[in-house]
Amino acid sequence: MSKAKDSYSKSLLHQRIFRMVICIFFCLIALLPFVLLVMNATRDSESIKAGVSLIPSTHLIENWKNLMIKQNGMQITLQKAILNSATITIPGTFLAVYFSALTAYGIHVYDFKFKKFAWAFIMAVMMVPSQISIIGFYRFMLDLKLIDTYIPLIIPTIAAPTVVFFMKQYMESTLSLEMIEAARIDGSKEWHTFNRIILPIMKPAVATQAIFQFIAQWNNLFTPTILLTTDSKKTLPMFVQLLSSNQFRTDYGVVYVGLFVTIIPLVVVYLVLSKYIVAGVALGGVKG
Amino acid sequence: MNKKKKKKISYGRYGYFFIAPFFITYLVFQLWPLINTFYYSTLTYYKRNGREFVDFAGIKNFLNILGMTAGERGYVLSYLKNTLIMWGFNFVPQILVSLLLAVWLTDEKVKVKGTGAMKVIVYLPSVITAASVSVLFKSLFSQYGPITQTLKDWGILSSNFDFMSSVAGSRGLISGILWWMWFGNTTLLLISGVLGIDPGLFEAADIDGATGWKKFRYITLPLLKPIMLYTLVTSAIGGLQMYDIPALFNVPETGLVGLPDDKTTTMAMYIMRLYNSDVGKAAAVSVVLFVITLIVSLILFATMGDSEDRRMKREQRQRRKAGGRL
Repeated sequence: MSKAKDSYSKSLLHQRIFRMVICIFFCLIALLPFVLLVMNATRDSESIKAGVSLIPSTHLIENWKNLMIKQNGMQITLQKAILNSATITIPGTFLAVYFSALTAYGIHVYDFKFKKFAWAFIMAVMMVPSQISIIGFYRFMLDLKLIDTYIPLIIPTIAAPTVVFFMKQYMESTLSLEMIEAARIDGSKEWHTFNRIILPIMKPAVATQAIFQFIAQWNNLFTPTILLTTDSKKTLPMFVQLLSSNQFRTDYGVVYVGLFVTIIPLVVVYLVLSKYIVAGVALGGVKG
Repeated sequence: MNKKKKKKISYGRYGYFFIAPFFITYLVFQLWPLINTFYYSTLTYYKRNGREFVDFAGIKNFLNILGMTAGERGYVLSYLKNTLIMWGFNFVPQILVSLLLAVWLTDEKVKVKGTGAMKVIVYLPSVITAASVSVLFKSLFSQYGPITQTLKDWGILSSNFDFMSSVAGSRGLISGILWWMWFGNTTLLLISGVLGIDPGLFEAADIDGATGWKKFRYITLPLLKPIMLYTLVTSAIGGLQMYDIPALFNVPETGLVGLPDDKTTTMAMYIMRLYNSDVGKAAAVSVVLFVITLIVSLILFATMGDSEDRRMKREQRQRRKAGGRL
């Protein structure tokens, strides 16, 4: 009996080791490109060309200086691109999250004639990718003379159907209508109730959705490429595009250092907030 | 009771106030452009003496992009094929690996250590800017890139092989990048799916002496079907819009053509190539993309509704049968 048990737990142990090895293998695959990126950022072009190495070298500062010299001749610098991206993404994230919470609240709490229709509409358009209407959008912005401004990249974020969807899901599980009723009795106006009472309660959902919105808008390449024409207004992903151009092509160390800097903000944000992000992804899966 | 109801109605107008910003923005910046995109697809734009002229074109733009008129190449079909191939070779391994990881990372019996850290690590690639990822892989795998060089040194690649001039190599790498970026995301989705399964089912199966494989085959897999379908459809819709990775990966500086031989150009890259020079054609490509996206989403709803329907019918039948026997 104990022998059978022994061999059972032994096979369980083997199983566990086998699975650990495979899981760690996939984790290593997920990390390897980042490791190579960092290592190559510290190496000079000649040794990068010679092959893969996991040992850091000493050329990081030199590569960085070369990048600074090379980008001097261009209309856009890495620092400016980061600033531009932040100028678009921070208000964009704020608008998306605030108005999505507001919309979800309006549908969740109030009874009105088109309530059902409004919700059905949001569900229906959730899957429609914005790229599909880009031609109409581009011509429209051309007519409004808003091409080459940040307005068409910021204002439309007010309408973010997926964010509304998640906010409403969250409200259904956390908001009680009695609370709102109580606020009314205390004389709180509807706007005031939403801003001062509801939004603080919604903090976890707001934070999670803000992170996802920030990442999505920060990484967007397609729409800014169509809308922005002046070099000095370009965003970070558009700057990355320049890194792969002929100007930099032969200077491998410089390219890697540039790429390294472009991913730092996101990696830092991710590592600090990974707990919420990972939980948020799972939430999306169950609810979606 | 009556009083309460009255009160609720008087607050109803706030509902309109609160949802107004969303709907106004959506109608102005999404729906109106979408309708116009359809409209533009029936127009032809041409320039003469620096001025732009517009003419009604009917379905000529569609015939042009499908290659059904003389002198026009049916780019849209070959670009659709490119897009689907590159998406497909990313999705199949993605769902397989994610399924494996999801089942293993949630197994209570054979506990894998460090699942929390593993989740954080595998999700990391999908957070990073796709543009940076694309340029990074391009630098690593280009003709003189370090990985190419090392693979040659190890004798895995022949000394004159170049990923960038091989169709299979370029497409394979793009699929590989997509896989690398998204398998963590799918893993997390499937993990939440597995955790949503009633643990009592597994316990019952354990008592009946079911093996790990049987539990997977007859409990996990069927119950994960809805979430896998969801993953499939969202991935397919995202895949059809594929732009960032192929647009920065293997294109010449002169134009948005996916090398080699136009075999890694996607639909979205085609739109980007046309939006300024030929509005009508670009709009027609968008409409085609819209229709395909719609079909894909409808298939999702049909299959989901269908399986729900069938289940309900089956239950009804069983109930009727049981009733008959009684």
